[in-house]
Amino acid sequence: MINLEAPKKFRPLIGNAHQVAMNMLRPISRKYDEQEHAYPKELDMLAAMIDGLNESGQSQGAGASGVRAARDEDSPGLGGTRNGTNLASVLSIMEMCWGDVGLLLSMPRQGLGNSAIASVANDEQAARFRGVWAGMAITEPEVGSDSAGIRTTAVRDGDEYVINGEKIYVTAGDRCDAVVVWATLDKSLGRAAIKSFVVPKDTPGLTVERLEHKLGIRSSDTAAIRFEDCRVPAENLLGSPDVDTAPGSGQGFAGAMATFDNTRPLVAAMAVGCARASLDLTRELLEQAGVEIDYDAPTYGQSAAAARFLQLESDWEGAYLLTLESAWMADNREPNSTQASMAKAKAGRVGSDVTLGCVELCGSVGYSEHDLLEKWARDSKILDIFEGTQQIQQLIIARRILGLSSTELK
Amino acid sequence: MSFIDAARSAFAPGGRNGLARSERRDPIGLMVAALNKLAQAEVVDRLGIRRSTEQTVFRVTSAGFRTLGATSRAFTRSGEKGAGTRVPHADPAGVFDLTPSEDQRMLVGVVSEFAAEVVRPAAAEANEACLAPDDLLEAGLEIGLPLLGVPEELGGVSEERSEMTGTLVHEALAHGDLGLAVAALAPGAVATAIGRWGNGEQQATYLPHFTGSTGEQVPAAALALTEPSPLFDPRRPRTTAVRTGDGYLLSGVKSMVPRGPHAELFVVGADLEGSPALFLVESRTEGIAIEAEPSMGVRAATLSRLVLNDVEVGSIALLGEADGSTYLEAVRASRLAWCALAVGTGQAVLDYVTPYVKERTAFGEPIAHRQSVAFMVANIAIELQAMRLVTYRAASRLAQGKGAAREVGLARRICAEKGMQIGLDGVQLLGGHGFVKEHPVERWYRDLRATGLMEGGVMV
Repeated sequence: MINLEAPKKFRPLIGNAHQVAMNMLRPISRKYDEQEHAYPKELDMLAAMIDGLNESGQSQGAGASGVRAARDEDSPGLGGTRNGTNLASVLSIMEMCWGDVGLLLSMPRQGLGNSAIASVANDEQAARFRGVWAGMAITEPEVGSDSAGIRTTAVRDGDEYVINGEKIYVTAGDRCDAVVVWATLDKSLGRAAIKSFVVPKDTPGLTVERLEHKLGIRSSDTAAIRFEDCRVPAENLLGSPDVDTAPGSGQGFAGAMATFDNTRPLVAAMAVGCARASLDLTRELLEQAGVEIDYDAPTYGQSAAAARFLQLESDWEGAYLLTLESAWMADNREPNSTQASMAKAKAGRVGSDVTLGCVELCGSVGYSEHDLLEKWARDSKILDIFEGTQQIQQLIIARRILGLSSTELK
Repeated sequence: MSFIDAARSAFAPGGRNGLARSERRDPIGLMVAALNKLAQAEVVDRLGIRRSTEQTVFRVTSAGFRTLGATSRAFTRSGEKGAGTRVPHADPAGVFDLTPSEDQRMLVGVVSEFAAEVVRPAAAEANEACLAPDDLLEAGLEIGLPLLGVPEELGGVSEERSEMTGTLVHEALAHGDLGLAVAALAPGAVATAIGRWGNGEQQATYLPHFTGSTGEQVPAAALALTEPSPLFDPRRPRTTAVRTGDGYLLSGVKSMVPRGPHAELFVVGADLEGSPALFLVESRTEGIAIEAEPSMGVRAATLSRLVLNDVEVGSIALLGEADGSTYLEAVRASRLAWCALAVGTGQAVLDYVTPYVKERTAFGEPIAHRQSVAFMVANIAIELQAMRLVTYRAASRLAQGKGAAREVGLARRICAEKGMQIGLDGVQLLGGHGFVKEHPVERWYRDLRATGLMEGGVMV
């Protein structure tokens, strides 16, 4: 039966995440925006709490590590549909990012690398990397959206791979315990030869070169990492080691890219959460200024501020529901690549529209550091960029809808 | 008109022809205006079309073809005034789910087939004629379109609240054609209103005509909420209802009323002592006039104005509560129906442009191979799905009996905005071909502009 309300069974989870966001993240939000590379030590306590909830099975997949193809314990509910870890993850991430996106990204053991591990690791690897805080290293100085062109190499040597190359924009790259590195086994074989490897941070040859100074999410550290003859055990390769160049083979690059089907809804959820923070505060500030939002009145019979707010909120609602849809499909083992990209594309641009629009609506109150509206307008921008830019999402969606290959629609 | 008035109107042509009242004619302007009049007269006479022009029924003249309401059947009073039959709200048990029920799937399957095989092929002609073909409307009745919101106990098909099912049906039918969808669904809006809010007497008097148990043809009917004024707020209708001894006296003008000249029963929104309320008005009642109101789009629905001039109705007329609550429910459910129509039409655009941009070549390859084209298609797909989900959420909340003012308001906003963008991009993607009537996209463009300004007519 069609119902688009957040699942009843996740209400406690959402409520808890909201309380954490309100009482833990918001009070330190500005502090770590100002002290860009300081470690938010408050989060260690929080991470311990989340680990505790995970142990007791109460978290229902809070955070990135919960992302995984539907698990057996997510038994189908009424009408045969599952509300599982993917939905739980996006819902809790929305709440946490209503608190602070940068701090969510700094949450120990909840990195995007953890999502990659959760998505593609075999059982042995999942067990071995349990409790490891993993960052994700894809982007290189010369390669951004075009992940197939990465130059970092991995060469098999006995029981090990030897990794060489340079990665940038590694979220939590300084603080994490390990990075999931994308590297090619043989550049001449193209995307089929691209594999991901879990590289512990203490591996000799791994150097964190510098930390970036950023527009937003400043509480999250973003690192450039150099790999010089870094040796990792062969078992640290995620997925299949075979280089299958046969067209349409699901292995290798496609498998690695499939990680994104799981992580894109999470980033969409971040944008949705951050934008809602702006909407919530702006609604109240407008009310104080004498502007009531009337959902039954014709849009243009209201003040321009109310009309703009309605437009922003309606766009937000679309982004929110697209995000839930893509997570729900993952829970139900339905291929969700198109929907994940739709959610990411919509949420990414709506995140910017809403947060920037709210700054404008609130005038100097929005622009000033006295409040957080200006910060959210800076934080949100990255969410339309990382894990696939707006344009990459549109490319993916267009190719799927039009049935065109990457050589036809470049 | 006195000479002075005539002179004034010659110099100040505002108020007609889309001219604001601030416009002034100078001597050159007066000369051109006079020349224009002369030229028109000559052309009309030379071509010998004056007679046929005058004879053209209903559709052409925006000056207002005027007729009385359809001669309606006798709706013989029946039943008791007590509480009407109601169906329960839906209960999805707190699970997030986008899967339609088995019944909904079957119904949408049937309606989609009807939309593809009957509605779409008839759309272009119906648009020109401002009229839905009889056999199409009859086929719609056979599918049971007017019965969706009528309780099973009263001969309908509704076992629980029908807002979600209605949304799916409106969407599926509009994929065929929006104007014809409105024509076919208009009687259902009235039947649903009576099924949802009618008392025992109203249900017993009117519903048998919609369920076919009288043996007569199901009547055309229309929910009339819009009024012809800019920034119209449906909560403050200018149409008034005044209590008389044993009934009400209605006066005012309703706009965008589907199937006006054929409707035998109207549900009219009017202000009653400061609160808006709904009134059942039979078309043969004295004081009713129907004026043609052919519009930019939705033409197959025979849009009309309903002029009420001291129309006297009995105590049976007041439908639901007089405190504005029923009326507001109707406004919301109607807005949602227009959202669903926009979603169906938007899907039609997407389904049409997708093969087109792959087949159309320019500079030696399909235009779909260009990002500027492909990204427009991607954006149509993204926004369309967003519109659909926002609409579904509002509909499922209504069906569950949850408050949905916010969700309906947001659905209307996003569908008005993105729906129009989809219509606009659809035409643009076809280029010159999008502008001509060989392709249906220009019609969808005109139809989609209706979203966000329509009140009434259809209702989920």
